[in-house]
Amino acid sequence: MTSIIDLSRRGFIVGTGATGLTIGILSACAPGKKDGGADTPQAELPEVNAWVHIGTDDVVTIRIARSEMGQGTLTGLAQMVAEELECDWDKVTTEYPTPGQNLARDRVWGDFLTGGSRGIRTSQDYVREGGAVARTMLVQAAANRWGVPAAECTAAKSVITHTPTGKTLRFGEVAEDAAALPVPTDIPLKDPSEWKLIGKPVKRLDTADKVTGKQVYTTDFKIDGMLNAAIMAAPMRGGTLKSFDASAVSSMPGVKHVVQVDDTAVAVVADTWWQAKTALDALPVEWQPGEGSDHSSAAFEANLDEGLTAKDAFLGNQVGDVDAAFAKAAKVIEARYNAPHQNHACMEPMNAIALWTADKCEVWCPTQNGESALAATAEAAELPIEQCEVYKQLLGGGFGRKGAPDYVAQAVKIAKQMPGTPVKLLWSREEDMQQGFYHPVTKALCQGALDADGNLLGLKIRISGQSILAGIMPQALADGIDYIVFQGLLPSGVNPQVEDQTLKYTFPTIKVDHAMRNPPVRPGFWRGVNANQNAIYLECFMDELAHAAGRDPLEFRLAHLKDSPKLAAVLQAVADKSGWGSDDGKSRGLCCFYSFGSYTAACAEVSVDENGKLKMHRIVAATDPGYGVNPQQIDAQVAGSFVYGLSAMLHEEITFEKGETQQKNFNTYTSMRIAEMPEVETLVMPSGGFWGGVGEPTIAVAPPAVLNAIFAATGKRIRQLPVRDQALR
Amino acid sequence: MATLKVNGKTVTVDVDDSTPLLWVLREQLGLTGTKYGCGIAECGACTVHVDGQAIRSCVYPVGALSGDEEITTIEGLSKDGSHPVQQAWVELDVPQCGYCQPGMIMAVAGLLNNKPDATDEDIDREITNICRCGTFARVRKGIHLAKTKKA
Ligand code: FES
Ligand code: FES
Repeated sequence: MTSIIDLSRRGFIVGTGATGLTIGILSACAPGKKDGGADTPQAELPEVNAWVHIGTDDVVTIRIARSEMGQGTLTGLAQMVAEELECDWDKVTTEYPTPGQNLARDRVWGDFLTGGSRGIRTSQDYVREGGAVARTMLVQAAANRWGVPAAECTAAKSVITHTPTGKTLRFGEVAEDAAALPVPTDIPLKDPSEWKLIGKPVKRLDTADKVTGKQVYTTDFKIDGMLNAAIMAAPMRGGTLKSFDASAVSSMPGVKHVVQVDDTAVAVVADTWWQAKTALDALPVEWQPGEGSDHSSAAFEANLDEGLTAKDAFLGNQVGDVDAAFAKAAKVIEARYNAPHQNHACMEPMNAIALWTADKCEVWCPTQNGESALAATAEAAELPIEQCEVYKQLLGGGFGRKGAPDYVAQAVKIAKQMPGTPVKLLWSREEDMQQGFYHPVTKALCQGALDADGNLLGLKIRISGQSILAGIMPQALADGIDYIVFQGLLPSGVNPQVEDQTLKYTFPTIKVDHAMRNPPVRPGFWRGVNANQNAIYLECFMDELAHAAGRDPLEFRLAHLKDSPKLAAVLQAVADKSGWGSDDGKSRGLCCFYSFGSYTAACAEVSVDENGKLKMHRIVAATDPGYGVNPQQIDAQVAGSFVYGLSAMLHEEITFEKGETQQKNFNTYTSMRIAEMPEVETLVMPSGGFWGGVGEPTIAVAPPAVLNAIFAATGKRIRQLPVRDQALR
Repeated sequence: MATLKVNGKTVTVDVDDSTPLLWVLREQLGLTGTKYGCGIAECGACTVHVDGQAIRSCVYPVGALSGDEEITTIEGLSKDGSHPVQQAWVELDVPQCGYCQPGMIMAVAGLLNNKPDATDEDIDREITNICRCGTFARVRKGIHLAKTKKA
């Protein structure tokens, strides 16, 4: 028998007991639970404060507002709270507050958005403070119990000690008293030199269940009476739903409903998802083409090419008189690069469960932005936001895709047509490939002016192509300019939004501009965003310039990094570690880049055999994120980001013909496998004093380093991406 | 109707013969550890064992089973997470999002069933699962570590 235990607390039975197999109790609000077992009711005591709950059993539950999607933020944020709380790390578990609770409590947990490598760096101050405040209250409660001054008490490992007498109390013994105390303000935070937990390579809190199959993702939930939905939206850009013949499938096994979802999509709702999908595949559907339905990537090339030399463009960075510099150049170098559309292709396809009634709508979903998922729920449910709730679940990968709540709105729109029945919507992989928020398509024209001695006089980069902001959040454009297009190439002081994405090289003259050319394709934020191709444009071209100038690529870069010792340091570190400049016959390539507030560099070592087959042997990476909260997780993020970036560089491209993606699954949208994985050695070099990102910055440095190493091996420049089956020799 | 032996138990399910084993496991038997990633045998998220051999269950119709085969899913790989591959995975913190990992672990366990001394070349040839989080570096380390462990 399957039963719902307590839907309101987000916990319910997963699976069915009918066969006696797998009965687990889900505590969706406790993703970091270490025992992986049944939920232990621990709400018998009030929370100490919004960030910390302590049970009588001393279990410390740390609230995590950001989303966990594999990047380890959950563990990192818990480390920060625990550092100040002085609790026993072995007793720590975590839970996600809901966006609805955040709304009701005046956003006590701040921003839920998890993107832009901001999970830790933009909440580190208030989560540490949350831990410090809770500790102060616990210590005060113990001091009150003993009738001694709090200043005579210390806390460590979840135990408060009255130093003069040696008396002790456990956190769990005073948690209730502490919760009743007034909340202190202005509690000083530890100096980084005092950190015991931050900076330590502690194990993740959420590994155990991921190796046994117990970890529950939204798609694994089962609620009593729940139906399953498979969906298809217009496959062509701009298309709408014209008609469908429900009668053709309504008697197929398990089929309950065939519904129009909105103007663009149709869904089949059945007992099981496989039945829904089978019926959907058999459903006769007619689509009405619209604007963009004739879009062709091949034809759009001409627009991009035109943009490379168009007169008008948005200015991103300009220093000195670059035209004068070019006029007196002894040598002018020019190269054209491109970066195609790419799909996120998270391993867990888009999915959400919705339950709609006339006065309430609840959603369970993976999301990188709980608050926007809640807003989308309320809008689709046509209910006041206070009557809606979103229960965030662990994401099976996000990479930027799950910041958009399109699939959440769809699930609600389906559920709204069958009040009281929970509906689980799961996209097929084909739907995921066709309905992406794709990495934007761009090209670049790079030009450099060298004097007779091989000094760089001026650099011009013209980017032509798509703007993410223009496509999905035009309100964020600044006088029509999308500054995010210029990630890593901007001067300082342009706009606070992009101050963590500036160019660290100093050149005598430079001009970077953008001819916006938007295809009718929905763009999106894709791990690394525009840093990915901008690093290729800048760093492969720097290699070309060094070569044209007859200078060593390391020396040439360092010569322009005099104003950025931090970027120079990571670059020098990878060069040293990888044996740059040694005469061992190995082919190496370098790259350094600053993005998402972190300084990163890579040195790749490759070989290309006589048939042109590439082997990436090893990449040494370095990152300076200011503070490194968990070095072993940073190492995992570096290696993982390299896979995502190199897979894109080698294989990934979405193209359109008649408005439709030509890649529908992993057979035509190839993703890198283990055989192509180079050895990755990560140097974590936190220099302190600032908070940079971790999940994204390093993705940008692997592809240029590899492309430059290919040149070192073959003398051939690869400027057309993906590399795929181009002749490397 | 199909009869199958899953993780040591014989069960009967009322489904069309063409239903892929993946969806029988997930939707009829509630064994949701096995994941859907592509449905076309490309990604390996749905990997389970049939008589000790790793197969991609998303393209394996239940009608092709006689009922005698021993099917093992991630839930049945060990009682308590103590299979050498699971131990190694925990020790090295291999998973990131974890979604591909049941399939990855079953693929690796299948490889080690056949080749307890699997080399890097064996790994490159036989582990073709997709992991979008990019855990490959630790997966490789984990395989070599698992070779040294006992259940
Ligand atoms: S779901 Fe079976 S291989 Fe991808
Ligand atoms: S761990 Fe996320 S896809 Fe592999």
